[in-house]
Amino acid sequence: MNTSLKMRSKNLNFFYGDFQALDDISLEFYEKQVTALIGPSGCGKSTFLRCLNRMNDLIPSARVDGRIYLDDSDINLPAVDVVNLRSRIGMVFQKPNPFPKSIFDNIAYGLRVNGVKDRSYITLRVEESLKRAALWEEVKDRLHNSALGLSGGQQQRLCIARALAVEPEVLLMDEPCSALDPIATQKIEELIHELKTGYTIIIVTHNMQQAARVSDITAFFYTGKIVESGDTDTLFTRPTFKQTEDYITGRFG
Amino acid sequence: MKNVISKKFADRFMHVSFFCIAATSIFVLIAISFFLFYEGLPVFKSVSVKDFIFGIYWYPTSDPPDFGIFPLIIGSVAVTALSAAMAVPLGVMTALYLAEIAGKRLREIVKPLVELLAALPSVVIGFFGMVVVAPFLQKTFDVATGLNMFNAALMLTFMSVPTICSISEDAIYSVPVSLKEASLALGATHWETICRVIIPASISGISTAVILGISRAMGETMVILMTAGGAAMIPGSIFDPVRPLPASIAAEMAEAPFRGDHYYALFATGAVLFIFTFMFNLLADYITHKYRQTGEGSL
Amino acid sequence: MNKPDTTEKCSIPGKDTGCECSKPLKQKRVLTQKFMFTMLYIAAAINCIALLVVVFFIVGNGWQAITWTFLTQPPMESMTKGGTLPCIIGTLCLSLGAAGVAFPIGVSSAIYLNEYARQGKTLRIIRLGINNLAGVPSVVFGLFGLAFFVIKLDMGVSILAGALTLGVMSLPVIIGTTEEALKTVPDSYREASLALGATKLQTIFRVVLPAALPGILTGGILGISRSAGETAPIMFTAAVFFSPNLPSSFFDEVMALPYHIYVLATAGTEIEATRPLQYGTALVLIALVLGMNMLTIIYRAKLRRNN
Repeated sequence: MNTSLKMRSKNLNFFYGDFQALDDISLEFYEKQVTALIGPSGCGKSTFLRCLNRMNDLIPSARVDGRIYLDDSDINLPAVDVVNLRSRIGMVFQKPNPFPKSIFDNIAYGLRVNGVKDRSYITLRVEESLKRAALWEEVKDRLHNSALGLSGGQQQRLCIARALAVEPEVLLMDEPCSALDPIATQKIEELIHELKTGYTIIIVTHNMQQAARVSDITAFFYTGKIVESGDTDTLFTRPTFKQTEDYITGRFG
Repeated sequence: MKNVISKKFADRFMHVSFFCIAATSIFVLIAISFFLFYEGLPVFKSVSVKDFIFGIYWYPTSDPPDFGIFPLIIGSVAVTALSAAMAVPLGVMTALYLAEIAGKRLREIVKPLVELLAALPSVVIGFFGMVVVAPFLQKTFDVATGLNMFNAALMLTFMSVPTICSISEDAIYSVPVSLKEASLALGATHWETICRVIIPASISGISTAVILGISRAMGETMVILMTAGGAAMIPGSIFDPVRPLPASIAAEMAEAPFRGDHYYALFATGAVLFIFTFMFNLLADYITHKYRQTGEGSL
Repeated sequence: MNKPDTTEKCSIPGKDTGCECSKPLKQKRVLTQKFMFTMLYIAAAINCIALLVVVFFIVGNGWQAITWTFLTQPPMESMTKGGTLPCIIGTLCLSLGAAGVAFPIGVSSAIYLNEYARQGKTLRIIRLGINNLAGVPSVVFGLFGLAFFVIKLDMGVSILAGALTLGVMSLPVIIGTTEEALKTVPDSYREASLALGATKLQTIFRVVLPAALPGILTGGILGISRSAGETAPIMFTAAVFFSPNLPSSFFDEVMALPYHIYVLATAGTEIEATRPLQYGTALVLIALVLGMNMLTIIYRAKLRRNN
C-alpha cells in the first residue's frame, strides 16, 4: 500500500454504563482509501465510527478509553477541541437528516458557523460541493427551495455535500444507504468511488456486497471486537477465520 | 346470536354516550359565550359600541355614568406586553436550559420547581406583590405607589413563565436528535446548534407556548386586581397604576346593581376579554395544527 | 503537524490549520457559548429563586400565626382575631365538590378521546373546545357561573354554584392528565383483552382503567388543587366576606381561603393590624395547594423510575 496513514485507533475500549460495547479496537485508516466496517447488528461498528469524531460525547453514561490518532495527534484527550475536530472529520448519518432549511442554507450551514461571511465565496462553495456530490444538475434551479422536498436519495447526497462543504479530511459514513432504494444506493456508491481520490473514507455497512464494491480495506466486527481486518478482496475471498467466513457467506447475522 | 347483537348495540350505545360527555367542553364554551353576550349586550342600549370600546372615561358609578373601556383595554395590553417582554425570554431560556443543558439530576430538581411555580395560587402571588414588592418598588424607584403596572407585570411574569417554559420545552425536546447530530458533526458548537438548528426547528411550538403564556397573562385576575393599582387611566410610564379588564370586572361586580347598566357593562367587558383570549387560543391552535402537518410531510 | 494541502484549507477561518487568523474567531465562538449558557442557567435559576422566595416569605411570616385556635375557630372581632376554620371548610367543600363534578365528566371525555374517537373533524373540534376552555380567563368563569348557575338556574350564591363553576374550569386539567395516563397503557393490553372476546367497554373498565388509575388519580388531585387556589370564579358565585356559621347544606354560601386572603389584604377594617392573619391564611392555602402538587410530582417521578 503506497498511501500514508491518516487515522488510527489504539486499544480503544468503550462502555455504555457497565456494558462494554467495544473491546480493544486497534485499526488503521489510510488516505485516499475506503475502509468498510462490517458485522452483525449490535457488534459495535457504529459505536466505533462515532468515537472517531467524538459524537459519543453526547451520551451521558458513555465512557471511552484508549487512543485515537488523527495525523499523529491524539484526539481522544479531554483537552481536544471537539468542535474543531468535527469540522476536520465529516459525518454522514444513516437516515438523511437535512435541516428544515433551503438546499442552499443546508450546504452553507457549516461554512457560516465557521465564520465565513463572504457571500460570493459561500455561493461558490455551495456549487462546488453540490457538484462533487453529483447533485448539482438536479437542484441547481431550486437552490432556495426546502431541502425536505428532495427525495430520500437526493437528501442523502445533500447531506454528503453539506459535509464536503466544510472541507473535511476524513469522511465517516454510518450506513449511508440503509434508508435508500437500489438506484439511489448505486448513485451514492459511485459517489463514494469518486470522493475516494480526495478523502479518507470510513463507511459502516451491513450490506456485504456494498462493502465489497466500494471499499479497499474491510474490518469485520463481532460482539465489540475486531475479528479480522485487511484487504477487501482477500477478506471476502480467503477469510482467515471461520467466523468471518460464516458471516460473509450469510450463515449468521 | 341475540347476545352478539345486544353486545354490539351496547358498544354502540357507549360510544355515543362517551361522545356526548366529551362534547360537554364545547357546550360549556358555547354557554359561556352565550351568557356573556346575553348579559352584556343590553349595555349597548345606553352606549354605542364605538363609545364603549373607544371611550376614554370609565366612571360607571357617576351620574350620568361613563362606560368607556378603552383605558381598561390599554391597561390590559400594556401590562400583558410588559410582562411578555420579561416572561418570553425567561420562559424560553429556562426551557432551553432544561431541554439542552441541564444534567439529568439537575433537571429532575428544576423541572418540578417550575411546575410548583405554576401551582402557586394567584391570590398568593398577588398578596406577595402587595406586601413585599410594592413597598420595595416605592422605595427603590421613588414612585408614588408601588402598586403599579410594573409590579403587576412582574408578578404576571411568574404566572406565565411556567406555561411558556413547559410547552416550549416539549417542542425543543421533540426536535429529532439527528438534526442536532448533523449540526455538531459539521463542527458547529452546541450553542450554534441551538440557535441555528434547534430553535428554528421548534419555532412553531415555541410560538404556541408564547401565545398561550400571553393569553394566560391577559386573563389573569387576582394578581392584576391586587397589584396593578386600579386607576382607570391610560398609563404614561411603567410606574403608573392601571386598571386592566379583569381587575375592573372582579372589583366592581359585587357593587353593580343587578341587571343595571353597570352590571351589563361588566359582562360586556368580560365578553371583550373573552374574545381577546379566544383569539389567542385559536391562533395557538392554528400554529400547532399547521406545524403538525408539515412535521408529517417532512418524513 | 504535517498535513498535505493545508494552503487550500486555510479558507475556513475557524479551522485549526496553522492560520494565525483562526484563533480569535475560535475564541469568540467558545466565549459566546459560555456566555449564553450562563444566561440560560441564570434564567432557570431565577424561576427557582422566585418560587423559593415567595414560599419562604409566606412560611417565615405565617408560621407564628398558625395555632390551634387559628385552625379550629371562626374569625372574631370583625375578622381582626380568631381563626380560619370556616374558610378551610369552605375551600374543602368547594374543591371537593368541583372534583365531584369534573372528575366523572373529565375521565369520560378522556376515554372518548383516547379510546373511541378516530382522527377527523369531530375530534379536532372537541380538542379545540377543550384547549379554548383551558384558556378562558378565571374571571370570565366567574361571570358565567353568576349568569348561569346563580341566576339562570336559581342556585343563588352557594357552594353548589361555586363547585359547578370551579368544576367546569378544572375540566381541561383532568381531561389532559387522564388522557396522558390512558396513553401509557400499552396497546397489547387492549388487544389481549379483545382477543379473549371482551367487548370494548369491558376492556376499558377491566383492563385499561385499572392500569391507568394512578395517573388518573394524579389528575384528580391536580384538579382539586387548582380549584382550591382559585379566587375569581368563586367571588360572585360562592364566597362571602364573612359568615359566622359553618355551611350546613350545598345551598349555603361559604367563606374560602383565597377569597379571605384577598378580603383581609384589601378590604379589611384593619389591613396593617391583620397582616399576621393574612400571612397565616396564605400559608394554610399554599400548604394545601403545594402539598397536593408535591404529592403528584413525587408520585410521577416514582412512576417514571419504575418504567
